[in-house]
Amino acid sequence: MKANWPLWEVFIRSKNGLSHKHAGSLHAADAEMAIENARDVYTRRNEGISIWVVESKHITASSPNQSESLFDPANDKVYRHPTFYNLPDEVKNM
Amino acid sequence: MQNPHLQYVYRLADNALILGQRLSEWCGHGPVLEQDIAITNIALDQVGQARTLFLYAAELEGKGRSEDDLAYLRDAHQYFNLLLVEQPNQDWAHTMIRQLLFDAFNFYFYQSLLKSKDANLAAIAEKAIKEITYHLRFSSEWVIRLGDGTALSHDKMQEALNNLWPFSGELCNPDKLDLAMLEQGIGVDLLAIKPLFEAKVQAILKEATLQIPENDWMQKGGKQGIHTEHLGFLLAEMQFLQRAHPGATW
Repeated sequence: MKANWPLWEVFIRSKNGLSHKHAGSLHAADAEMAIENARDVYTRRNEGISIWVVESKHITASSPNQSESLFDPANDKVYRHPTFYNLPDEVKNM
Repeated sequence: MQNPHLQYVYRLADNALILGQRLSEWCGHGPVLEQDIAITNIALDQVGQARTLFLYAAELEGKGRSEDDLAYLRDAHQYFNLLLVEQPNQDWAHTMIRQLLFDAFNFYFYQSLLKSKDANLAAIAEKAIKEITYHLRFSSEWVIRLGDGTALSHDKMQEALNNLWPFSGELCNPDKLDLAMLEQGIGVDLLAIKPLFEAKVQAILKEATLQIPENDWMQKGGKQGIHTEHLGFLLAEMQFLQRAHPGATW
């Protein structure tokens, strides 16, 4: 039975103003069931106010083989990080 | 039992507890991990509702007993739950049909209980109705999904419906106590929610392509403490620890 159910990726928004974050994955027969399963598996402890689900097969991932060319060039460009500014206290979610 | 108000609260508490205990039997045995977690979530909701109701019952009784005393130290004939909720889980089909029948009833019952003159019951209902709304959505979708699914799933659901249907008559059938509590403004008007319950169940079953059995002979007795043989076994398992080691604590 389970072998026939596709895999879904679950994204949860913990509160308004924040973005949805990947919470994990689960099996479900369709999108509606995926939302309900996600509600029970990932929001039982008050973790969320909004759920997105997407079938895992629709996600395109970067290849680990290319990680050097994709990510290493950013290593030595410290000037791209906003670490030279003092953040005001009012700005919370940076 | 002398106090009708207390007995009425017992009925609500016992429904919640016995169904919660039944559903918790699925823990570790769900058809898939996701459904295992979902059904035990619902079990926990039911046990949580039972706890608040037993706390209130203990207060009404006024003998200094705790909610645990009421749950663990009463015998089957002192339980006043509907026969439906004590029926065995059997398989996912029976569990979902039982759940749909109970949730549809419970939904309209607690909606009506929101208007009770008993402020405690109204407050308990306000918290419970959110959970019950979700339970009804969950069981409705499963009944539709499996009823209108494959030939095999359809047959299993139809068989479960045929087996459990005779326990549905007791839900909205008022007895003396129901009528007395209604008169005092405490209880729910079962005859008023009956058509709502029937319309809801018929709509879901129609979408699920399931046939309501023509045999309309109905079981009854749970509300008066006369139970099927299944309740005794359920209580034996649930109460074993407190019976074997009275007063044992964690």
